[in-house]
Amino acid sequence: MKKFKKVMSLLLVAAMIALVGCGNSNGSEQTENTDNAASTETAGDAAAEENAPTQAADGEVFKIGAIGPSTGSAAVYGLAVQNGADLAIKEINEAGGINGTLIEYNFQDDECDNEKSVNAYNTLKDWGMQMLVGTTTSGCCIAVAAESANDNMFQITPSGSSVDIINNNDNVYQVCFTDPNQGVGAAQYIGENAVAQKVAVIYDSSDVYSSGIYEKFVQESANQSFEIVSAEAFTADNKTDFSVQLQKAKDAGAELVFLPIYYTEASLILTQANAMDFAPKFFGCDGLDGILNVENFDTALAEGVMLLTPFAADAEDEATKSFVSAYVAAYGDTPNQFAADAYDAVYILKAAIEKSGAVPSDSVSDLCEKLKGAMGEITVDGLTGEAMSWDSDGAVNKAPKAMEIVNGNYALIQ
Amino acid sequence: MKKLKISKTLKDNILTYGIVILAYLIMQILIGTGNVSSLMQGLLVPLCVYVILAVSLNLTVGILGELSLGHAGFMCVGAFTGAFFSKCMQDVISISLLRFILAIVIGAVAAGIIGFLIGMPVLRLRGDYLAIVTLAFGEIIKNIINVLYIGKDSRGFHFSLKDSLSLGLEEGGTVIINGAQGITGTPKDATFTMGILLIILTLIIVLNLIHSRDGRAIMSIRDNLIAAESVGINITKYKLMAFSISAALAGVAGVLYAHNLSSLMATPKNFGYNMSIMILVFVVLGGIGNIRGSIISAVILTLLPELLRGLSNYRMLIYSIILIAMMLFNWSPKFIHLREKYSLKRLFRKNREVQ
Repeated sequence: MKKFKKVMSLLLVAAMIALVGCGNSNGSEQTENTDNAASTETAGDAAAEENAPTQAADGEVFKIGAIGPSTGSAAVYGLAVQNGADLAIKEINEAGGINGTLIEYNFQDDECDNEKSVNAYNTLKDWGMQMLVGTTTSGCCIAVAAESANDNMFQITPSGSSVDIINNNDNVYQVCFTDPNQGVGAAQYIGENAVAQKVAVIYDSSDVYSSGIYEKFVQESANQSFEIVSAEAFTADNKTDFSVQLQKAKDAGAELVFLPIYYTEASLILTQANAMDFAPKFFGCDGLDGILNVENFDTALAEGVMLLTPFAADAEDEATKSFVSAYVAAYGDTPNQFAADAYDAVYILKAAIEKSGAVPSDSVSDLCEKLKGAMGEITVDGLTGEAMSWDSDGAVNKAPKAMEIVNGNYALIQ
Repeated sequence: MKKLKISKTLKDNILTYGIVILAYLIMQILIGTGNVSSLMQGLLVPLCVYVILAVSLNLTVGILGELSLGHAGFMCVGAFTGAFFSKCMQDVISISLLRFILAIVIGAVAAGIIGFLIGMPVLRLRGDYLAIVTLAFGEIIKNIINVLYIGKDSRGFHFSLKDSLSLGLEEGGTVIINGAQGITGTPKDATFTMGILLIILTLIIVLNLIHSRDGRAIMSIRDNLIAAESVGINITKYKLMAFSISAALAGVAGVLYAHNLSSLMATPKNFGYNMSIMILVFVVLGGIGNIRGSIISAVILTLLPELLRGLSNYRMLIYSIILIAMMLFNWSPKFIHLREKYSLKRLFRKNREVQ
């Protein structure tokens, strides 16, 4: 019996080790998400590539970290950022790197939790991260930005849109619009183009993104020609039935319903509005991008929906087309705005590094100072905007694009 | 015989304090010699938070014998009142230690009062019913904080339950609690030393309570309500005492949590029922009523998901498998039997007997 137990426990230990090993190699293959041991492996792989310049061999690489939720309810955004950045880094490495220096990439999961996000940041610091692409969600980003500001680590967030991220943190830059910008932009667009006179708003009061846009939208609406006739909130705990909010909007005679929310809830709202014969114009922000891919959603209902978004996967320009096809080929999924933001973030980093002439041997803090100097000077043409430039406060300047869904496709409104 | 028993409790307590102090000294030496990764350093304060939470919940679950699923709600109250105080006083009190201690006192008192108020109607229930009602209260606290807007300007404080615009702040006024966006910019006052001191304070309170007259009264309620009542023990008083002390200590943990991160939001992730159940898992795994066990299991279960980061996306899967395995190993009767059969103690004793 004793012998049997010993053998069994040995077997179990062996199985565990094998499992851990498997987990590791799978992880690094899929996502290049590596721990210390495996990261040398990837570096080796990268160096073995044909175009790899000689520097890579002696370990001179830029280490870029990324953080986002790859498990849990917000996983779809984190995975998009993970893959978007991964794609850009692979492309850069294949083309010979930044000024001939390759990039190493490591993505860490934060489960969309502030505390876990700081843990992920510390993990990346242990790995030797020099620049951070992240984090994906606004709440986590505020927590991490405070840490990175302490360390003076250069941080560029693809999709953290809250103003608190860049306030007082001069090392942090954004690729996406800040929430206030989106709210103001939407209100101005509706007012200037006289899309409607009576506007209803349905927003998620438990979400930073949604309530941030809502507040600025209401503030800006005072200066515009339209009037807000109803503003109804819902929370993350009850986001399946919107009949009350829609009925109020209908009773108030709204011609346009503004939806500063994500596409999952928006698809439900469209379906339920259709069921109650309420057909106003719907207007959304970048969170609505992706609505055409919702499962079991009749895309005919989305016909005529207008949205302010920096990116649409169906856009016809060359850069978007090649990005989408490469992304689909690599990850088997149509990219959303988050993936495009992350992709742009990496290219922005590249442009800033090239401009500043930073080298991997710089310390984290020196690198940050150099990049901060360069960020004010560069303009980048990316997927999510043309001629993007940055002020010293870290907010991006780019023109918002208004899209309308026509025949099941996004069409740019001129 | 009596003397022996006292020394046993004392030995037990010394061992519990000893573990905490030893862990602190080891960590300090490691930090001093630069052997600790930044991940580990970042985890030290959260570890203290979870240890305090587990120990305080053990007071309700293990000593009072009532199942409470609203512990994260009390933590939430402590976190928000503490952070609110620090945010308001950031410019007034410049000594961070003093400000932090005051914040802890305020957070503990606020959570204790809420615990007392909730405890009064709720503790009439027992067992599953109590669990359900505390669960609901925890959720209510979280949801109220999610719609609470408080701003400050020269005319004083403004409250609203609608949105931050209806606060009607003057130019230059600041929104302190911004609904779902919570409190941002809390000063980072929490340190590992402070956390350890708070753990020791929690232990002193809980262990002394357990071994006092009041503690024995509380345990008698757990063991047999009718018998306790018949000997004249004031059931309501002792139930409320244990429940509100446990809530106040959870509030302390909340203040520590809030001062470790610069942004504080009441999300389902940190103050929802998931967190309450997580704390309950610490208590159950460590052994109901076993304070030392709670400390150890809180540390292990908090570290585990971080140590498994190397497994990337599989880590949450592995984490749950390990959790199941640990629960089985600790509490399955078959395993307990096996463990006793092959325990080291027994083997040593056998050897000695042979000699």
